[in-house]
Amino acid sequence: MCSLPVPREPLHRVAVTGGTHGNEMSGVCLAQHWLRMPRELQRPSFSATPVLANPEATAACRRYVSRDLNRAFTSSFLSHSTRATPEDPYEVKRARELNQLLGPKASGRAFDFILDLHNTTANMGTCLIADSVHNVFTMHLCRHLQLQTPDMPCRVFLYQAPGEETYSINSVAKNGMALELGPQPQGVLRADLLSRMRSLVGAVLDFIELFNQGTAFPAFEMEAYRTVSHVDFPRTEEGDLAGTVHPQLQDRDFEPLQPGAPIFQMFSGKDVHYEGEATVYPVFINEAAYYEKGIAFMQTEKLSFSVPALPALTPAPTPGP
Amino acid sequence: MTSFHVAEEPIKKVAVFGGTHGNELTGVFLVKHWLEDGAEIQRAGLEVKPFISNPRAVKKCSRYIDCDLNRVFDIENLGKNRSEDLPYEVRRAQEINHLFGPKDSEDAYDVIFDLHNTTSNMGCTLILEDSKSDFLIQMFHYIKTSLAPLPCYVYLIEHHSLKYATTRSIAKYPVGIEVGPQPQGVLRADILDQMRKMIKHALDFIQHFNEGKAFPPCAIEVYKIMEKVDYPRNESGDIAACIHPHLQDQDWKPLTPGAPVFLTFDGKTIPLDEGCTVYPVFVNEAAYYEKKEAFAKTTKITLNAGSICSSLH
Repeated sequence: MCSLPVPREPLHRVAVTGGTHGNEMSGVCLAQHWLRMPRELQRPSFSATPVLANPEATAACRRYVSRDLNRAFTSSFLSHSTRATPEDPYEVKRARELNQLLGPKASGRAFDFILDLHNTTANMGTCLIADSVHNVFTMHLCRHLQLQTPDMPCRVFLYQAPGEETYSINSVAKNGMALELGPQPQGVLRADLLSRMRSLVGAVLDFIELFNQGTAFPAFEMEAYRTVSHVDFPRTEEGDLAGTVHPQLQDRDFEPLQPGAPIFQMFSGKDVHYEGEATVYPVFINEAAYYEKGIAFMQTEKLSFSVPALPALTPAPTPGP
Repeated sequence: MTSFHVAEEPIKKVAVFGGTHGNELTGVFLVKHWLEDGAEIQRAGLEVKPFISNPRAVKKCSRYIDCDLNRVFDIENLGKNRSEDLPYEVRRAQEINHLFGPKDSEDAYDVIFDLHNTTSNMGCTLILEDSKSDFLIQMFHYIKTSLAPLPCYVYLIEHHSLKYATTRSIAKYPVGIEVGPQPQGVLRADILDQMRKMIKHALDFIQHFNEGKAFPPCAIEVYKIMEKVDYPRNESGDIAACIHPHLQDQDWKPLTPGAPVFLTFDGKTIPLDEGCTVYPVFVNEAAYYEKKEAFAKTTKITLNAGSICSSLH
């Protein structure tokens, strides 16, 4: 396994971003609350910066104004050679601003860590979204969160396809992760999810604090779900939905889907079955925001792998007498 | 006293509206499906017309374009001079009134079913606008009985100030059908199935009525609106609390004086400020944040209907 380099310095510049999608209310309300009262984000070695990532979409209570902000952090939008024009979509402008504030992406000046807060209408429970297994620091953080919440599954979803450029807001920082909590309708704030997200953010900051203080974390075995492919809804010739997620698949995120199992129910009453040959683990089943992306659910494979130890930071040499 | 049959005209024209709110997908897709293949909603001797009421909002998958279509069917808006400056939904309301009304006229459709979803845990809900309508009380009684053991609640919005000018109100007998919980922009198979059953039983009732079946006197339990309750807010108008976990998903359940209602972001519980037990509805409905309604308080009452029988026989 080719591991990415782990941090050799304490993480001092940490950001917690909410409202990257303006209608995912847990992160919106937490970011707004912490902008007023940031004390909860303070730790002895650092203070995390709360950021309301997409204020215009938040004001309109929509996912985005012109395009999905969380897909806009790519070199084609951020690079200096791309000339900014007043006609650029709002989210492209905002991505450049955030890249100035929290990045620049892939530079030494970038933030050490970004934690991005999301909700889904799918029954994903607590889901931790990381780019890949190679990110050893983030895998240890995921492990820490799993150990903090033993009474509740806390699954790790790896979104990055091999060779794909990163595009999310947390990819601007040297390290990052997203929290995805569901089910919660768009535009709705549920107390149970709010309090769960709040404790998870606290646990992330605690982990960074432990690391900064010189804690070492031993190697461990880990399970995670990695994207294999996307499945669209059955559609009419005009592109309208011709059916919906089957009741036997609805709300079964992360459960094994066996060949031959029903996946869609047509409005005519007919069932559509899963025709693949391997067992897969569907996620983001019936997520509202993915209808327009042509995704009824994502198929993932379950991976088991070893994560190497995260060595303790060596104390900075103190100046001699 | 022996009960007597109130003779009523048979029902001739029925419409089923979906997409009055463009992101409430059950009605949108049932109506689109019935526009393709309407066999399921046809009944002998009855005209049943499926109709997408806010096509632009449906296309955009948003509740509305300029303003809430389901609040503008009042005489003032319907009577405004046509102009491009009017909000899209007001212009659309005038078109709908032309097609299915005019409101309060003899030409108006007999029954309009308007299909809605809510993010609240309201299950199958029928919305009644007039507590004196024997015909609708009989219909709702029939639907409730047919759906049992699946619960079906009746929400009465008759109120001197809180009643609103609904799309369906142009019909002689307006029926709101509200099924939840379902997020905006999501279509759930279970919710679809429930709404489909409600429409089936409603149309069956009309068919029985038209065929001359006599319905004896009946009574139904309804939840009558009392008051809307807003979220606690800070100086800038942002919400400062969310629905308390003990109230979340508890639509239709008794809420007693002093029971927790809100939880502020700094952890304080706000109790019910009311001297008597109320029944909350539309608890944490996404679309009502901007209407400043965290939930509505209702009181439980019983409505009686006399027997009805169509005058055809």
